[in-house]
Amino acid sequence: MAVTEVRISIHTTGLDPKDIAEKIKGQFPDQVIEVAEFRDQVSVIIKRDQVVAVLKYLHDDPVLSFDHLQDLTAVDYKGKKDIRFEVVYNLYSTRYRHHIRIRAQVPENDTKINSAVPVWSGADWHERECFDMFGIEFTGHPDLRRILMPEDWEGYPLRKDYPLKGPELDKDWPGFTDVLKRSKELREFDWEG
Amino acid sequence: MVQKEAEKILETRELSVNMGPQHPATHGVLRLVLDIDGETIVKVTPYVGYLHRGIEKLGESLSYFQALPLTDRMDYVSAMSNNIGYVVAVEKLFGIEAPERAKFIRTIVGEMSRISNHLLWLATHALDIGAMTVFLYCFREREWLLDLFEMICGARLTVTYPRVGGVRNDVPQEFLESLWKFTDEFPSRILEYETLIDQNRIWLQRTVGIGIISAEEAVNMGMTGPTLRGSGVPYDIRKHKPYDAYDKVEFDVPIGTTGDTYDRYRCRMLELRQSNNIIRQLIEKLPPGPVMAEDPKFILPPKDKMMPITHPTKDLAYFILEKACKGCGMCMRACPAKAITGEKKAPHKINQALCVNCATCLVTCKFKSATVVPGGKGLSDEKLAELAVAPDQLPEDIKQAQQLLVRQFEFIKKGPKAPEGELYVATEVPKGELGFYFVSDGTGKPFRMRLRAPSFIHASCLPRLCVGHLVADVIAAIGTIDIVLGECDR
Repeated sequence: MAVTEVRISIHTTGLDPKDIAEKIKGQFPDQVIEVAEFRDQVSVIIKRDQVVAVLKYLHDDPVLSFDHLQDLTAVDYKGKKDIRFEVVYNLYSTRYRHHIRIRAQVPENDTKINSAVPVWSGADWHERECFDMFGIEFTGHPDLRRILMPEDWEGYPLRKDYPLKGPELDKDWPGFTDVLKRSKELREFDWEG
Repeated sequence: MVQKEAEKILETRELSVNMGPQHPATHGVLRLVLDIDGETIVKVTPYVGYLHRGIEKLGESLSYFQALPLTDRMDYVSAMSNNIGYVVAVEKLFGIEAPERAKFIRTIVGEMSRISNHLLWLATHALDIGAMTVFLYCFREREWLLDLFEMICGARLTVTYPRVGGVRNDVPQEFLESLWKFTDEFPSRILEYETLIDQNRIWLQRTVGIGIISAEEAVNMGMTGPTLRGSGVPYDIRKHKPYDAYDKVEFDVPIGTTGDTYDRYRCRMLELRQSNNIIRQLIEKLPPGPVMAEDPKFILPPKDKMMPITHPTKDLAYFILEKACKGCGMCMRACPAKAITGEKKAPHKINQALCVNCATCLVTCKFKSATVVPGGKGLSDEKLAELAVAPDQLPEDIKQAQQLLVRQFEFIKKGPKAPEGELYVATEVPKGELGFYFVSDGTGKPFRMRLRAPSFIHASCLPRLCVGHLVADVIAAIGTIDIVLGECDR
């Protein structure tokens, strides 16, 4: 029970993210699909089959030592990409201070991916939220239930085909029906050409 | 003999106790199901989501500049830090650089927010454990800080003061003086709290050795902020990836050794002093200059140069040119004052008595028939028809003002376009690491907005901290991880 104050340097000593991407490519040449860069941040897009092996390598390798899972989430690319979902892992090393982003592709017809809980126990609730919001099933997760939405909720709210507001909104509120009625009346004044 | 008889009759079994969602010690609407064996916790199952408002989904339907007030509603105890986290992320996505003065001001208010957050944490944590006086002392100083927030932006809790590209307005001189006085007095106030609890025997018994978590395990679970530093991991984003003005101040990061509740309490107490120190350095170094980025693409046009409700130099009158008007009725429908009348496919007219000079007709008209007559206020329609010229023949300054107005319409309706890409930016808020992950598809709205809330992760660590301790220690564990459920559920 002794608390000390330490002076931490603000200079980063970590590896260049591009080098890390090269290392992953060298270790798993058949898994890496693409490496993308934007504003000094590098994402490595991989296949989902070996995702846990890749993550475990990043976590255990003494030079990389990605001990901190900053964030785990998913993105729904409906209508933008051929493979609909991507599970995104933002990794950081508190020791060497480097960052990398791993994106694993998950197709729409089989939304399953292996769980990262054995590597980082902090992935637990992140994965539950992913399941809740996108319907992605994490095989090997100890307790995969809905977390933010009620247990009997239907649908996955953060998917792109899920509506922002419910259909009852334009039924119940009389003000809105008034506006709709007025716009219908005034439609004949529309100038076409 | 008696004991054997008793064992035959009595049986022992585990009991499930429901704690919350409405419980004063859960700091919001957190529900815990405790499986207890006597007084000892065997299993804890947290249930969250009672405050879920779908901020991530809402963010996808709003432009980058409109989603800012949503971030206030996440961690309402330190709204300023949340705003800063959001604007820092959006600035990095757009590639905007805020001016130096704005960065300093943001760092000052961010640290004020850290102090006010830690004061509220100390107040409620001590109250939960049974020290009532600390609660009242802490609120005394927190009140002062909230008054200071009110002085700069008019709001005390949901401030929305930082903006993408700077801050909303410059700080007044009285604010800096009052804040300086606060930083003078605050160290003695911290001593007051510490005299009450630091060596207090009850406090020590309730916190020392409770909820111990090792450094490796804490990092592995995703803990951040003072909750992690209590275990001895020197991870502070203000030092690891300095944003705003944190690379221009000197401060130390307190870290603990054992990782129990007492260490985390000491870390936060020392952080209060460091924050106080940071604010003093920043006030001394505060540079002069503008507080908003100059880039016209990302800021609203200046209100005094825009096509105005009342032009500062000229009395304007709005008029519809009879020759050019095709009678489409667009202006009639758009006019908020209902000052425009006219038959379909016949020239429309503005009733000058009803006109509020909002320039909506000017923006909506597609046939360049709506125009403005400088100095035409109070003149008759015949006289205006004589003076009026087509919009493209107007004087240069009025044309410019009109363009600014059109730009404001576009800015509000569509939002500036972000470059295509994806970005994760983390900032150090009082509770830990607040991360924003944006996926941009090149439009004015984020394709995906993800919030990494520290409270969400810390709430998931509760079972680990509680198991093996007594029921009363659950309260201490909830207090020590410092969660706000608004942020947890988003």
